[in-house]
Amino acid sequence: MTTVDAAVGVGTDAVVHPGGRPPPRVSGGLPVLGHLLELRRQPIELLSRAHAECGEVAELRLARLPLVMLYGEEAQEAFFRAPEEQLDQAAAYPFMKPIFGEGVVFDAPPERRKEALRNQSLRDKQMRGHAEVIAHETERMVEGLGKEGEIDLLDFFAELTIYTSSACLIGKPFREELTPEFASVYHELERGTDAIAYVNPHLPIPSFRKRDRARRRLVELVTAIMEARKRTGQEKGDLLDILMRVRQEDGRPRFSADEITGMFISMMFAGHHTTSGTAAWTLIELLRHPEYRASVVNELDQLYADGSEVSYHALREIPLLENAIKETLRLHPPLIVLMRKVLYDFHYKSWTVAAGKLVGTSPAVSNRLPECFRDPERFDPGRYGEGREEDRLHPFGWIPFGAGRHRCVGAAFAMIQLKAIFSVLLERFEFNLAQPPATYRNDHSKMVVQLAQPCRVRYACRRTKALA
Amino acid sequence: MRIHVDLDLCQGHGTCAEEAPEVFAVDEKESKVIVRLEQPPEALRAKVRSAVRFCPTGALSVTED
Repeated sequence: MTTVDAAVGVGTDAVVHPGGRPPPRVSGGLPVLGHLLELRRQPIELLSRAHAECGEVAELRLARLPLVMLYGEEAQEAFFRAPEEQLDQAAAYPFMKPIFGEGVVFDAPPERRKEALRNQSLRDKQMRGHAEVIAHETERMVEGLGKEGEIDLLDFFAELTIYTSSACLIGKPFREELTPEFASVYHELERGTDAIAYVNPHLPIPSFRKRDRARRRLVELVTAIMEARKRTGQEKGDLLDILMRVRQEDGRPRFSADEITGMFISMMFAGHHTTSGTAAWTLIELLRHPEYRASVVNELDQLYADGSEVSYHALREIPLLENAIKETLRLHPPLIVLMRKVLYDFHYKSWTVAAGKLVGTSPAVSNRLPECFRDPERFDPGRYGEGREEDRLHPFGWIPFGAGRHRCVGAAFAMIQLKAIFSVLLERFEFNLAQPPATYRNDHSKMVVQLAQPCRVRYACRRTKALA
Repeated sequence: MRIHVDLDLCQGHGTCAEEAPEVFAVDEKESKVIVRLEQPPEALRAKVRSAVRFCPTGALSVTED
C-alpha cells in the first residue's frame, strides 16, 4: 500500500477484499427448500460435503435463506471473533423462539442478553456448591437401581441433568418440586427443534404441535408450584421466589407464570441436552475402549481411596477422565452447527457474505480436520496429554464449546458436572454395552441432537456405599 | 514475567481471581478480568501460571523475561 492510499484512508479492508467475491455454492438443493431436507436427514454428511466441494467457504440454502459455512481454523477464528453487532445469534435460530416464549433471551435486545451472560451461578466461586449438588443428585438417581440391571442412556441422563441443572441454576427448593414428568415434558420440548422452522416455526405439523403442548404443560407445572408457594407463604429463597417477588409500579407481579417458565426453560436449555448427550457418549466411548476405561476406573479408585469427597476432586484435575470427556466432545459435539445472522457485510479473505445471510461453522466437521488432529477419526484421549495438547494448540479448531467471545459460558460448569457424575457412576457400578458397539448413534432429525433409542447399557454394583 | 489478556475471550468467570487474588480481579459490571500487576513479582509467579492454566476461556498468557 502506498502512502497516498493510507492518507486517503484506504484501509486493509479494500486491499483484502476488492469487490468481495460471493461464496461458492454447494451442489444439490431443491428449488424451494434448498438443502433443508438434507440438513434434517444427514446433516453431518451435508456439512462435510460442503467442505469437500468448496473448501474454506461454502454456501448452502435453508429454504430461502443462504447459509455460508466457514471451515478451517483461520475462517473459524474470523467467525468467532466477529462482534455481536455484526453477527447476531438470536436471528439465526428461529426454532428457539416458540420454545423460550415471548420476551425471553432471544426475543430480547443484545444489551439484555449480555446481562444474562453475567449469570452469577456460573462464576467460579459457585462451583464447589454445584459439584456437591451434582454428586448428591447422581447418588439419588442410582439409589433405586439395585444390584444389577439395564438403563436407557437417553432417559437416564436426560432426567439426571434436569435435576442437576434446575438445582444448580434455579435452586434446590425448586428442584425438589420437580417430578419425572417435568423431565419427560422438557424432552418433548427439545424434540420440537425441527429445522423446518426455517420455513415457518409455526407450521401445523405434529412435532410443532407437540412442542407447543409440551410448553403449555411446563407452564402448568410451574404455575402449580407458584400457587402452592403463594398458599403457604413460605419463603424458599431460590430464583423462583425472587422472580415471584418482583413487582411493577402498580404493585402487580412483574412476571407471569408463562414468562418465568420461559426464563427457566432458556436457562436450562443450553446445559441440558448438551450435558446429557455428552455423559451418554462418554460412557459409550469408555465401554467401546475397555483398556482406557480400566485406566479411568483405576484413576478414580486411587483418588477416592482415602474417602475424599467428589466435590473436592470434581474441581481439580482428573486427567484421564477429563481427556476421555474432551475426546468424546470432539467426536460427538452436542451442537453440530453454530450459526449467526449477518447484520452488516462480513468479509473473509476475498469473500464477502452479504448482510441478511446466515453464516456458520460446524464443530462436527471442524473437530475432525486432519490439519488440527492427528488421525482424527480415532478415539485417542492421549491427544490432550502433555506434549500434544491438540485442543490448546488449536483453540479455533477444537470447538465443541465454540470459541472466542461467544464460547459457551457453561463450559467449566459442564466439565465439573461430568467429572462429578462419572466419579459417582464409575465408583459405584461396572457398566457393559447391552448392544453391539456400532448400534449407538445419534438422531439427527432435529436441531437438538439426541441419542437414538434404543441405547441401553447393563450395570452391576461394585460397591453399595455412597461416596462422600 | 508479563501477563497478557485477550479481552475478546475473557468472560469474567473469575478463576484467575481465585487462583491469584493479588494479581487478578473481576470487573463485575463488564464481566472482564482486571490485571492488577502486569509484571508480577517472583513470589506470585507460580500462582499466575496456574491462573493461566485453569482459565476456562484461554484468555490469559504470560511471556517470561
